[in-house]
Amino acid sequence: MAVKKFVTGNFYDEAVLFPAVKKVRREGYKIHEIFTPFPIHGLDKAMGLRDTSLHTAGFIYGITGTATAVGFITWALTVDWQLNFGGKPYFSLPAWIPIAFELTVLFASVGMVLTFCYLCQLAPFVKKDHFNLRSTDDTFVMALECTEKTNEAEALNFLKSLGAAEVQVQYKETSWWLGRYDKDTKIFERKSELVQS
Amino acid sequence: MSIRENFIISKRYNTVAIVLMTLGVLAIVGLYITNGSSSDVHKQARFWSALLHNSVYFLLVVNAAMFFICATTLAWGGWQLAFGRVSEAISAAVPVIGTICCIILLLICFGNNHELYHWTDAEHVKHDKILTEKSGFLNKNFFAGWTVFTIVAWSFLGWKMRKLSRSLDKNPPKSKEVGRKYVWNNTVWAALFIIVFALTVMSSIPWLWLMSIDAHWYSTMYSWYTFASTFVAGLSLIALFVIYLKNTGYLEYTNEEHLHDIGKFMFAFSIFWTYLWFSQYMLIWYSNQPEETTYFKPRAQGPYSGIFWLMFLINFIAPILILMSRGSKRNYTTMAFMALLIIFGHWLDFYQMVFPGPLTDNKTGETHVPMILYDFGVALGFVGLIMYVTARALSKAPLLAKNHPFVKESLIHHT
Repeated sequence: MAVKKFVTGNFYDEAVLFPAVKKVRREGYKIHEIFTPFPIHGLDKAMGLRDTSLHTAGFIYGITGTATAVGFITWALTVDWQLNFGGKPYFSLPAWIPIAFELTVLFASVGMVLTFCYLCQLAPFVKKDHFNLRSTDDTFVMALECTEKTNEAEALNFLKSLGAAEVQVQYKETSWWLGRYDKDTKIFERKSELVQS
Repeated sequence: MSIRENFIISKRYNTVAIVLMTLGVLAIVGLYITNGSSSDVHKQARFWSALLHNSVYFLLVVNAAMFFICATTLAWGGWQLAFGRVSEAISAAVPVIGTICCIILLLICFGNNHELYHWTDAEHVKHDKILTEKSGFLNKNFFAGWTVFTIVAWSFLGWKMRKLSRSLDKNPPKSKEVGRKYVWNNTVWAALFIIVFALTVMSSIPWLWLMSIDAHWYSTMYSWYTFASTFVAGLSLIALFVIYLKNTGYLEYTNEEHLHDIGKFMFAFSIFWTYLWFSQYMLIWYSNQPEETTYFKPRAQGPYSGIFWLMFLINFIAPILILMSRGSKRNYTTMAFMALLIIFGHWLDFYQMVFPGPLTDNKTGETHVPMILYDFGVALGFVGLIMYVTARALSKAPLLAKNHPFVKESLIHHT
């Protein structure tokens, strides 16, 4: 839970955004996040984000699912309750493959969805601050985090020179909190220091 | 950086291809002297099995390259165009290997040796109720007619697709309408190929050429299984040629993004193959009918079990573990290694489809595994032939279909 200071700017075109990201990084500014209404191919690479670890998590969940299925059926049908199906051996692996497959898929998919929600901090009643509502509609919003060394005026002008519109200095909550949209104060009405371009 | 538009065959490449082809011819001659010319029907059958196994396998693999083009064309895909000429060149081997394969199949069908196709023996069919009932489909005339028709149709439609692709090289589409018309025309011909492909590779051809070796047995999954096997090997072959051309400094516009997508196909279709392989096995294992289990007895538990389980290791365990991560699909060395492994694995798959039938002694019921070295020789011959024909086809046209309406999509492709 920490309120931080940000410099934000709106971009309308990918062709402007990509060189801007490159120059902002070269200047040494810290990009907090770029909010876009839709996924943009290559933006993660341009921002220098590391690969997601969701794949690894998925693999581990899948293996867990396989092990659970094979382990449980093996125990149930060879140790706990032996049944004779048409003279087949108690340990008849081929018949268990479909179930092992299903449980692999189930564990991997459910686990990955939950992990994804956790990584993105998505859950019922979890609320987060917005930098600019139009990032869900038609613009790409770049937020630069201000450190003690950042000169805000310089950063504002720099963003403007890169083709950003609506450049602002804003105080925003970076973490999430629990609340309800119908009862809480409207988060978009909260004060933020506004410096129009 | 200058663009190298045309592929020039290097001397070394040519020598390798010719040496491999010579090895293949030597292997066939050796096999004929030791087995084919013998008076023992089983030894003769062993000779013909080697020819059948290799020619059918490599024919279906090169034909899968044309299937890849047509399937992506039909889906209006654009990403594959950066290396589209490579798969086109591979498919140029279809008429050549098709002719060889056709001759071999007709010789087996009309020859005096009935160990491979028991249903060609009129005397035997008379006393065999199952084969008599199947004779409406399994008879020499239909076999010959359908085989010739199939190979001619593949060759013709493949030639047409290649011609359409090259027609744009010298006269780019002048307007949007002309471009649209071209795409539509291309789509229609691709659809025709897919229809022929569905009626042949995906259904009747594996029944006739391979499943009829074990004429009493049948499986409704067999054709799909054969298709999956050859398609994943065909993709691996495309990947190998792409990697070779990249290494020698061609295909500037193809990069690891394209390789990544070929890798995804190889990964996915390896799993698809396993799914069919296992489904076929499990249903037969589960119902445990004697007339069905005879197929798997020599393969999964008999003398072929080594090959059977090695194939499972190569075609499933290795791709799923090695090709799973993003990094390995974008790595040229890993992809080249996996492509080679997959082509070899599915070659083994065809080996155990063909050989147990003719090498089973009818009296004792014993199945033999022949010495595999000759088969390697024959396979190398076909590999050399594919190398030779593909390189010649590649050098005839520019490596990039630069006037195709969708080509930009491929150049900026990003996964």
